[in-house]
Amino acid sequence: MNAPSREETVVRRHSGFRAAAVAAVACAALLAGCERPPMESIQRGFRGDGQVQIVNPRLYEAEFAKLQVPPSQPAAEDGEPRASAAFKNVQVLGDLSVAQFTRVMLSMASWVAPDQGCPYCHKAGDDFSADSLYTKVVARRMLQMTRNINGAWKDHVSTTGVTCYTCHRGQPVPSYVWFKDRSSEESGHYAGWRNQQNAPATTVGLASLPLDPFSVFLKDSGEIRVEAPVPLPSDHHATIQHTEWTYGLMMHFSKALGVNCTYCHNTQQFASWQMSSPARTTAWYGIRMVRHLNGDYLVPLAEKLPAERMGPMGDGPKVNCLTCHQGVYKPLYGVSMLKDYPELAAEHEQPAVAPAAEAAPAAEPETSALPARVLFAVGKKQLSTDGAQLIEAVAKQLKEHPDLHVDVSGFADKTGNPAANLELAKQRAFAVRDALKAAGADVGRIVLKKPEFSVGGTSDDARRVDISEAH
Amino acid sequence: MANYQNIFTQVQLRGPAHLGPPLRPGSWVRQGDPIFSGLLGIIGDAQIGPIYLGFFGLLSIIFGFIAIEIIGLNMFASVNWDPVQFVRQLPWLALEPPAPKYGLRIPPLNEGGWWLMAGFFLTSSIILWWIRTYKRARALGMGTHLAWAFAAAIWLYLVLGFIRPLLMGSWSEAVPFGIFPHLDWTAAFSLRYGNLFYCPFHALSIAFLYGSTLLFAMHAATILAVTRYGGEREIDQIVDRGTASERAALFWRWTMGFNATMESIHRWGWWFAVLTPLVGGIGILLSGTAVDNWYLWAVKHHVAPTYPPVNPPAVDPATLAPAVLPGHTP
Repeated sequence: MNAPSREETVVRRHSGFRAAAVAAVACAALLAGCERPPMESIQRGFRGDGQVQIVNPRLYEAEFAKLQVPPSQPAAEDGEPRASAAFKNVQVLGDLSVAQFTRVMLSMASWVAPDQGCPYCHKAGDDFSADSLYTKVVARRMLQMTRNINGAWKDHVSTTGVTCYTCHRGQPVPSYVWFKDRSSEESGHYAGWRNQQNAPATTVGLASLPLDPFSVFLKDSGEIRVEAPVPLPSDHHATIQHTEWTYGLMMHFSKALGVNCTYCHNTQQFASWQMSSPARTTAWYGIRMVRHLNGDYLVPLAEKLPAERMGPMGDGPKVNCLTCHQGVYKPLYGVSMLKDYPELAAEHEQPAVAPAAEAAPAAEPETSALPARVLFAVGKKQLSTDGAQLIEAVAKQLKEHPDLHVDVSGFADKTGNPAANLELAKQRAFAVRDALKAAGADVGRIVLKKPEFSVGGTSDDARRVDISEAH
Repeated sequence: MANYQNIFTQVQLRGPAHLGPPLRPGSWVRQGDPIFSGLLGIIGDAQIGPIYLGFFGLLSIIFGFIAIEIIGLNMFASVNWDPVQFVRQLPWLALEPPAPKYGLRIPPLNEGGWWLMAGFFLTSSIILWWIRTYKRARALGMGTHLAWAFAAAIWLYLVLGFIRPLLMGSWSEAVPFGIFPHLDWTAAFSLRYGNLFYCPFHALSIAFLYGSTLLFAMHAATILAVTRYGGEREIDQIVDRGTASERAALFWRWTMGFNATMESIHRWGWWFAVLTPLVGGIGILLSGTAVDNWYLWAVKHHVAPTYPPVNPPAVDPATLAPAVLPGHTP
């Protein structure tokens, strides 16, 4: 065929080799920031629905190897005199023996001020009892805080607990504390409003979300829940901008724990507790704990601090999830330093049940304590004195009969929220199991048995845990 | 002869510039002496210009420029006029709609007032450009398919930034002007309304979107594959089927038992493209106005699947008796 007249034809030919080389270089550049496979995925929900945590085992190994948990000091002798009697101005830990007290003090120095040592809090030349340095006042308050966390917030810290080292890691000020962000000051009077967001902030994982979710949610008790609880419009109101604040807080959780959304949530429906993992309950208590710590301990403590410890907006250091977690789903990968320092958990601990057992050594071995019915007050999961005595007897029987197995079933009355009652029934069973364990019973022979109907009735009998012999 | 067997354009025609048919009386003039660009010839026609701007085109560009200026200068102001930070932070920067407390009232200039103004100018610019596409098509004696397809996209834009905020009674519901901020807005929207994946209009929109790309790829590949038989004259072949048309039809009939025609394939493409924003806009419009939680809505209507629990179901601690919560202690 003839070429078209009066028109020139330009034909371009590409070098296939050159194109392939360019593509190869481009692919290599694109992948340069990626981690090499294989990754490990940990299933946390029903198969196939994407509820997995992706872990790079090599990075994990490296991080874990870097973790240096300081060795515990050898346990100290209990005995007289007590620290409160031996020293002046001992406002916390006064019930310890002098040796125990000294051991805690030395450990604290190594956890918090290893370079400065004792003079960091006890001014050189002054008497040890003097509160001449602000650091000592802070340290005392932090001891009270630590004991409060370990005693009152077991729902979050469990029995793993925390010590000074959980946050401090050898630093006088923990590496991860937060201050009010400068972004709340607006730049420019007539233009450039940022609405406290839209900057590459690490607090929210470099998203353009509101970058100080802490003031709103972890200092103040801002409403976190935004998703509608019912299908159709109702009296539930939450704006998109409110949702962005919540989203920012969740980004902080995710970064602080090194996990993704599905660690706690089923993203099919974020709001649903039914579909959430148990970790979400732990997190729920964590939020309340952090609010409590900031509100009752750290914010009031700011007035004791010198100017150089303050943030750019003049507020004192406060805690968030990252302060303890430091990028790990459990601080220090779940290593419990507290078990070697029970002094740091003394406050709010339930009195040990063991002395009661010693007080009643002459119980008739032939009289069976089973079946036993432990009653509870409305809405409570704490044991009454009567309940504790019943449990003592059951524990004793378990110890005396190595072949005896028991079933433990919890119940709640039907008043109030059904889901809450189900949970309460379960928690009561847990409380009895734990008390039996504390009384020395072999946990392996205690079976938690969920009754067919654990919620019902309104009588006193409805709020109970039944312990019966298993067959 | 010209060789079409390549995925890149191989042929560039060069000759005296084509200036187009004579304009109707009362029209503006076409501006610019045509030039030829070899580089642009790789992806399109090598002839650049002349362009017909016209009254609506000029106005649209002016309004669009004003909108971009308001947005850009506000972003610039938000980094204290630091050019380096402006470039570094650009993907994060935005012009934000007002806070919820202002509702549909006119907010202070620096707390959403600029946003309202930028929205007005951008919307005006887009609608003026729509008039231009309509009028240019008419001037060339064409159908107005392009204008109506564009209108489908404008519908989605108006729902997001104007109609839905009006129905919700608050400008704060609208989308910020910014790169990452509008993406975060999108994610937050789905979080707020209980997972947009359970909104059937969202699902339809995705089906049409992916369907559009599939149809586009199928059609483009088919025509390229039969250009050696004159397949590029596909419009002629709507009524005058040649061997290219026959082969293309036969190929699809053999592989999937059914084939579009040279005419219908273009209707397929047009409708898929138009329906993507059309149904998507309906989904957005219903969120918060008619449905507040799409997942729960889907459960109510037996659409959402349920999976067996792996963990014991967690219980909302907020519903537990207050006595269970650790109290404040001194």
